[in-house]
Amino acid sequence: MPTVRLSFTPAPAHVRTARLVGVAVARRAGVASELFDEIRLAIGEACSRAVALHRDHSIADLVEVALGDDDRFTVRVIDRAPIDAALGQALGDPAELADPVALLEEPPGQVASPDPATEEAVTVGMRLALLAGLVEDLTVRPADHGPGTEVRMSWPMPSGRNGSGGRG
Amino acid sequence: MELSLSARDAEGYLILDVAGEIDVYTAPQLRERLIALVEGGARHVIVNLDRVEFLDSTGLGVLVGALKRLRGVGGELFLACGQERLLKIFRITGLDRVFTMFPSVEAATAGGQGGSGTGTPAPDADGGADPAASAG
Repeated sequence: MPTVRLSFTPAPAHVRTARLVGVAVARRAGVASELFDEIRLAIGEACSRAVALHRDHSIADLVEVALGDDDRFTVRVIDRAPIDAALGQALGDPAELADPVALLEEPPGQVASPDPATEEAVTVGMRLALLAGLVEDLTVRPADHGPGTEVRMSWPMPSGRNGSGGRG
Repeated sequence: MELSLSARDAEGYLILDVAGEIDVYTAPQLRERLIALVEGGARHVIVNLDRVEFLDSTGLGVLVGALKRLRGVGGELFLACGQERLLKIFRITGLDRVFTMFPSVEAATAGGQGGSGTGTPAPDADGGADPAASAG
């Protein structure tokens, strides 16, 4: 059962709100403070991914975020993009992600005006690299209800805390 | 204040001081400023990330785009960053091998002493700053 649910229109400005809420809930749940930076960045990346998918496909539906603190602090970010497009940005082996150095191996003179699409592709690659590199417990799967995907991430809760769980 | 950008000249470099959060919402401002600086003639640019509180993949994409843009016109982009939490992001993504990074602006303008990236700083005599584009 989520502790906090958040839904927002797929606008970049709201991603910051989701980050702030996510870290506030983590703090309230007693998650170790040294994980806050990681949680903030991971929630931002997952929400940015969802916003980008919605905008790419002109989907006005809300992006959903569910935060729970049972056995582990869990964040689920749910988009409503077509499943093929969403899973096309699924998370593979970080080692198989594009080599960033290769991004620059073009001779001078041919890159004076970088294609915005190329920059977007770099962003997507970096986003996946960050999520895969930051979050140990990370899954991307089809949403339970309706179209879209769910990015699920979790972090350990301190043992012996009050309330439910505490085994993480 | 979500993002603050301020440009200045120093030691033949154009230094862009960035403060606040660079994310999917604010990164377009950074992109526009960097494009304006390059179009204004800046060739050796140092982006000072010392006061950046948050940096995400969109910001990384903008920095990579600026690096490509500058190298395409014979320039170079350097990053000044001493914050471990930001350096971790560059390491995770492998971009620490792409950018020439220094722990501070002073280290960057010192002519490459302490650099850890792939390039070699080469300050230009005129720095290429566009006064119009340098307004904070």
